[in-house]
Amino acid sequence: MTNSIPEIEGMEVIFIIGSNTKESHPVVANRMIKAHRRGAKIIVADPRRVPMVKFSEVFLKMRPGTDIALLNGMAHIIVKEGLLNGEFVREKTEGFDQWKKSVEEFTPERVEGITGVPKEDIVRAARLYGLSRKAGIFYTMGITQHTCGTDNVRAIANLVMLTGNIGRESTGVNPLRGQNNVQGSSDAACMPNVYPGYQKIDMPGIREKFEEAWGTALPPKPGLTATEMMDAAAEGRIRAMYIMGENPIITDPNMHHTIKALGSLDFLVVQDIFMIDTAELADVVLPAACSFEKDGTFANTERKVQRVRKAVEPPGEARDDMSILLEISKRLGYDMGHDTPEKVFQEYGRLWPAMAGITYRRLDGGGIQWPCPSGTHPGTRFLYKEGFPKGKAPFSSVAYCPPAEVTDEEYPFVLTTGRNLFQYHSGSMTRTVKSIEKHAGEPYVEINPLDAGRLGVRTGEMIKVASRRGEIEIRARLTKRVSEGTVFIPMHYREAAANVITNDALDPVVKIPEFKVCAVKIEAVR
Amino acid sequence: MVRINIDGKELQVPAQSTILEAAKNNDIFIPTLCHHPKLTPFGGCRLCLVEVKGFLKPVTACTTTVGEGMEVVTSSPEIEELRRLVLELILSDHPNDCMVCEKTGSCALQELAYMYGVREAEYAGERRNYETRDGNPFIERDLEKCILCGRCVKACDEIQGVEAIDFGYRGFRAKICTSYEEDLDCEFCGQCVAVCPTGALTGKLWKLKGRPGTTKEIDTVCPYCGIGCNITAHVKKNEIVRITSAEDTWNEGWLCVKGRFGYQFVSSPDRLVRPLIRTAPKSGMPSLGRKGIKWGEVFREASWEEALDLIASRIREIKETHGADALAGLSSARCTNEENYVFQKFMRAAVGTNNVDHCARL
Repeated sequence: MTNSIPEIEGMEVIFIIGSNTKESHPVVANRMIKAHRRGAKIIVADPRRVPMVKFSEVFLKMRPGTDIALLNGMAHIIVKEGLLNGEFVREKTEGFDQWKKSVEEFTPERVEGITGVPKEDIVRAARLYGLSRKAGIFYTMGITQHTCGTDNVRAIANLVMLTGNIGRESTGVNPLRGQNNVQGSSDAACMPNVYPGYQKIDMPGIREKFEEAWGTALPPKPGLTATEMMDAAAEGRIRAMYIMGENPIITDPNMHHTIKALGSLDFLVVQDIFMIDTAELADVVLPAACSFEKDGTFANTERKVQRVRKAVEPPGEARDDMSILLEISKRLGYDMGHDTPEKVFQEYGRLWPAMAGITYRRLDGGGIQWPCPSGTHPGTRFLYKEGFPKGKAPFSSVAYCPPAEVTDEEYPFVLTTGRNLFQYHSGSMTRTVKSIEKHAGEPYVEINPLDAGRLGVRTGEMIKVASRRGEIEIRARLTKRVSEGTVFIPMHYREAAANVITNDALDPVVKIPEFKVCAVKIEAVR
Repeated sequence: MVRINIDGKELQVPAQSTILEAAKNNDIFIPTLCHHPKLTPFGGCRLCLVEVKGFLKPVTACTTTVGEGMEVVTSSPEIEELRRLVLELILSDHPNDCMVCEKTGSCALQELAYMYGVREAEYAGERRNYETRDGNPFIERDLEKCILCGRCVKACDEIQGVEAIDFGYRGFRAKICTSYEEDLDCEFCGQCVAVCPTGALTGKLWKLKGRPGTTKEIDTVCPYCGIGCNITAHVKKNEIVRITSAEDTWNEGWLCVKGRFGYQFVSSPDRLVRPLIRTAPKSGMPSLGRKGIKWGEVFREASWEEALDLIASRIREIKETHGADALAGLSSARCTNEENYVFQKFMRAAVGTNNVDHCARL
């Protein structure tokens, strides 16, 4: 997020696209509702009638995978009606004139044709966002989990630059992070192309800096992303994997491919708190401690580093992840040179200036948002106050490109996936909570009553949902939340796993899979 | 800013503040029950009655805005008698249940009864008698303990935007209920539980597990989504028995169903407790929820020494045979910054590959 969560209260316009905020980030939704009570106008763009629609001024119920058309269409109207922030465009951006040509073809009529959203609503949304100079955009995986995910984000950035809605309090771009420490895992560089603090492996001098700090030679070539690792494993290029606290069988697309990939490894270590699905394929399973059983820090979606404190002892012989890794490292002949979370955090701060000013002692007074370069720096509530780090931000022309798999006669429905309010991700934690299981323990597919009627399916009946990659049987939930032609399956349930069906086609830049759109066929199970 | 006088103290306070806010910000105590700082004022409980010079009758401090030159008296024999009367009336229809009530020790009503020395009901008479019938697994509702302060109704509407509950009926029969008195069907965020001043709303999981004051309280961060709500874990006998969030946290004490009620995974009997080494050949398919698999026939328990030695030797072997880039590691967005830092350092410096990633894309 470029803004902080409390800043939401001060926004005039809140544009939510590809985020089921009320179910996936409920406490952010609380702030949005507060802003709404104070008069903020909310725009929701989503293929489903998600709960935040109740508070919206305009709801753009779009076809899955048509975000670029919608965003370019809004930009088209903002340019045409002169609602743009000319001063910001002149002073802070570049490439406007050329980009402008790229949105000319996205007339409201054409965009209505692609997205299925009435053109009047697109115009209303464009005017609301375009006229505001204190607007925030919020998105999550509904934007990023597409083969055009990177372009979707670029289209959002164009809209932001066009209106200058960034770099001020209560004004900015806010991707909401889906996991407690996904920001922190990225910051700490569990990514194949960077060292901690997003310092690129192949930038001159960077590898040398880390080689000196860690006292050993480091590999020069960037590695594989999670999705590429699975392909490499299936092809025999990866022979062993160490999986700590992840359950790719449930969370990766095209489950049969993931199972084949992990099954072809010579050696698989899974370190987790439960016997998760992925652990069933392991050679060694190590019992880990959960976050209530250890000390450390998390970084949340607004870049805020907060203290995690040990509340209980881990069960049996389970150990915290860090001490397990230190032990194996020692056995491999490399002593990491630190033994407590606080010492690790200090080393982290020495190697990444944006984290340098944060200490455990300071965190006892509350979380601190990076960048925080010195011990007296208060942290950074919102980004880009002093402009963009690289100078002028470039507009980038983004062409609309349909999803990798579109419907046809054989597979006439679009499947989109996501989370529900009660369960969480692969379910390894929430599905062991009895009260949650009692309330929301059964997998289901959301289907429009008109589609269900045509198939002769009533609510609660089992239906078969199949794609080119696999099929599952699952209970139908008839709801107008989804439009005709679209079905939705929450990702949490291993016994009817949505990812048996999903498409593992990747965005070419960031290698994110297209979880949000694939073509399926549906039939009643008699 | 306006000038007012409370209990003889001259104060400068913001023009839009209520008498209650002005008093609170200047450490002057006025008792309340229905007031909650994060919700709009209601003026229902009448405990915050104060005298204002020039006003014929006492006014509720929570709903009266300050005015220039206002003179307020927060405590006088008449005012205290009124407050006592209100308390006695509330307690005349409140179960004498403090011995086993989950709220004992953190109950606003109990605290005021203590302060005013109200021991037993002065006004015997009819009492409300409600059947408990709750289908939901999260929130326990005991309407006989409800004092109709309306905080839960406001939290559900103003904070959560759900409006699952409201005042129903009138007079003595008035109660907080759902439409048509059906079972609660809501988001189960538990904001209503958090703001309830008495034991009318509590967590089902909390029952007889340990009341506040008897538990160890540890401030930490929620383990679920990326919002990072601040939570307090209440621990008794090495078990988390309750999760709460304080009003003065950045998330203002608001949580969701997972954060507030989804903590039982920690003490689940299914937790892994010893290292396991595979003994059976790989079948190639996970069970995907199929029951009846005997893990003892697939893995054997091992000591940490044995498991760690095995991992180190296999990593070394594969690295020597196929090169370091034949190894890969997936770290976790559930783990701490420190563990993630150590994981990537382990893959890069100890194993020797940049094949390290986590689930940010998934």
